[in-house]
Amino acid sequence: MAIPDTTRDEARQLIARYPKARSALLPMLHLVQSVEGYVTPEGIGMCADLLGLTKAEVGAVATFYTMYKRRPVGDYHVGVCTNTLCAVMGGDLIYSELQEHLGITAQNGVSDDGIVSLEHIECNAACDYAPVLMVNWEFFDNQTPQSAKQLVDDLRAGKAVRPTRGADDVVTWKEAERVLAGFYDGRADEGLAAGPATLEGLRLADSKGAGS
Amino acid sequence: MELTPVLSANWGDDRPWTLDGYGGDYNAARKALAMDPDAVIQLVKDSGLRGRGGAGFPTGNKWGFIPQGDGKPHYLVVNADESEPGTCKDIPLMLANPHVLIEGVVIASYAIRANHAFIYVRGEVLHVVRRLQAAVQEAYNAGILGKDVLGTGKGYSLDVVVHAGAGAYICGEETALLDSLEGYRGQPRLRPPFPAVEGLYASPTVINNVESIASVPAIVDKGVDWFRGFGSEKSPGFTLYSLSGHVTRPGQYEAPLGVTLRELLELAGGVREGHELKFWTPGGSSTPILTAEHLDVPLDYENVGAAGSMLGTKALQIFDDTTCVVRAVLRWTEFYAHESCGKCTPCREGTYWMVQILERLEKGEGDAQDIDTLLDACDNILGRAFCALGDGATSPITSSVQYFKDEYVAHWEQRGCPFDMTAATLFASGR
Repeated sequence: MAIPDTTRDEARQLIARYPKARSALLPMLHLVQSVEGYVTPEGIGMCADLLGLTKAEVGAVATFYTMYKRRPVGDYHVGVCTNTLCAVMGGDLIYSELQEHLGITAQNGVSDDGIVSLEHIECNAACDYAPVLMVNWEFFDNQTPQSAKQLVDDLRAGKAVRPTRGADDVVTWKEAERVLAGFYDGRADEGLAAGPATLEGLRLADSKGAGS
Repeated sequence: MELTPVLSANWGDDRPWTLDGYGGDYNAARKALAMDPDAVIQLVKDSGLRGRGGAGFPTGNKWGFIPQGDGKPHYLVVNADESEPGTCKDIPLMLANPHVLIEGVVIASYAIRANHAFIYVRGEVLHVVRRLQAAVQEAYNAGILGKDVLGTGKGYSLDVVVHAGAGAYICGEETALLDSLEGYRGQPRLRPPFPAVEGLYASPTVINNVESIASVPAIVDKGVDWFRGFGSEKSPGFTLYSLSGHVTRPGQYEAPLGVTLRELLELAGGVREGHELKFWTPGGSSTPILTAEHLDVPLDYENVGAAGSMLGTKALQIFDDTTCVVRAVLRWTEFYAHESCGKCTPCREGTYWMVQILERLEKGEGDAQDIDTLLDACDNILGRAFCALGDGATSPITSSVQYFKDEYVAHWEQRGCPFDMTAATLFASGR
């Protein structure tokens, strides 16, 4: 499918943000995913064309980074942290139970209905909320196998789900990729400033201060 | 020991991510812009602030290395690619308080005479990206960024770009980050030339961690003496310690440098009830693990180094007696193998083979020779890899063999892992 002209215009806007054009390549690949769902040959062609690179040069970059997908993922891409701390705290069990529940065995595999895909991810900088999973890169903290299965069931049933620390609901994969490309969606004011673990030290300092 | 919330002080306030919630007036930046840029660099040098991203290099010295009057553009790049396993301080900081980072960016950019700054944030944190985008936009709208920063009439202009990465731990390494920001595969560069001379677009560039830059406004505002009132002579100031894992109340604890794990654990309610501390990392998985015998080591750059590890990112991952150290080390090694960029042979091949050996050991199919082979492989990576990723990959292995060799032996003696992995989970009881 050809990339729409509007997308090419937006890619040019991204290029204009940088002193040197090629710096826009990573944002442009996010933009490609926001339209195509993954990094398609057409998307690679657009980047190569606008930046004066070969398709091989663009492909070499796209395949280096795990967030760029070579095949379609679901509307809701679930990443379960299985780096050591989350794995030990339950991430391994969450991941294996989700695999079984969704019938997905391959990394980045997609459920039969095409709605949910599953990936085991590396540390996502939320260790004080372990075990953690992400849906379209929004935080779902302190998960259990049950809560994770409920979450994907809700997603597949079309119910809105609320991240623990994020926007009021989870946008689609393509919508999330558009923000990551650098097109703000106006939703920063939704959600919490900080979760309970983030505030643990501050809460303690305040209570001590009040006592003295 | 007292907690010292400075960076975290407003995290519980109403909408602290907005300009209004932040307090609004960028006082510290105004103060800095009224100074000579060199005086700002000197102030940060005098404060003794050291890089909070892991290496602990003095921030002011980094700024001072930028050649002035060279006719080239200068750049500030904020390393917001927080990915070191266990590290979880910059992401909540930017989620709650992006403006303190932007204020630090204004001060640092002015000091090094940069008119362009980039915040390279990892891509896998959507809402943090939104908060940064919104805060930068708000700062432009308020005349804080753009032409004539803060309306001082000095003609100082600054543009800030929020740049989302795309999933690669190696991009936290500063020269790999630069390659990534230039639109290439994120692979580290040979040094010299150092980024201060040839960084982004081969121009002088400062790369600082989020927490380092976010610490600057308070230093400018309250002064060197105030900052040096916390911590020690060589490790002055306060910092975010991140407790995670088998601890009663995991979270962010901002304290003076030099606090001990024993003190922090007391504040955090201790190790999970009914269990004992087994091992911990002082600053992420790339810092050699420590044990209960190190509970009283002051957590600053010098003392953790003297104890055989590194302060790193102050990511205190706590593991209790239910945790299999071999499983933990295997998983970390798998991580390094996955994230090795492939540029240099010792790291690319070494991490691959170490995973194979550790898998065998974890299944109980290894033997004593495997331990020797592992240590030999570590010897051939440490100091021989192109960047610190390779060095970091050896830390969990060598330190775990040092403290827990018996546990490796138990795996092959018992022909399998002696631990029940469900007992280590958060939901172990009441599941």
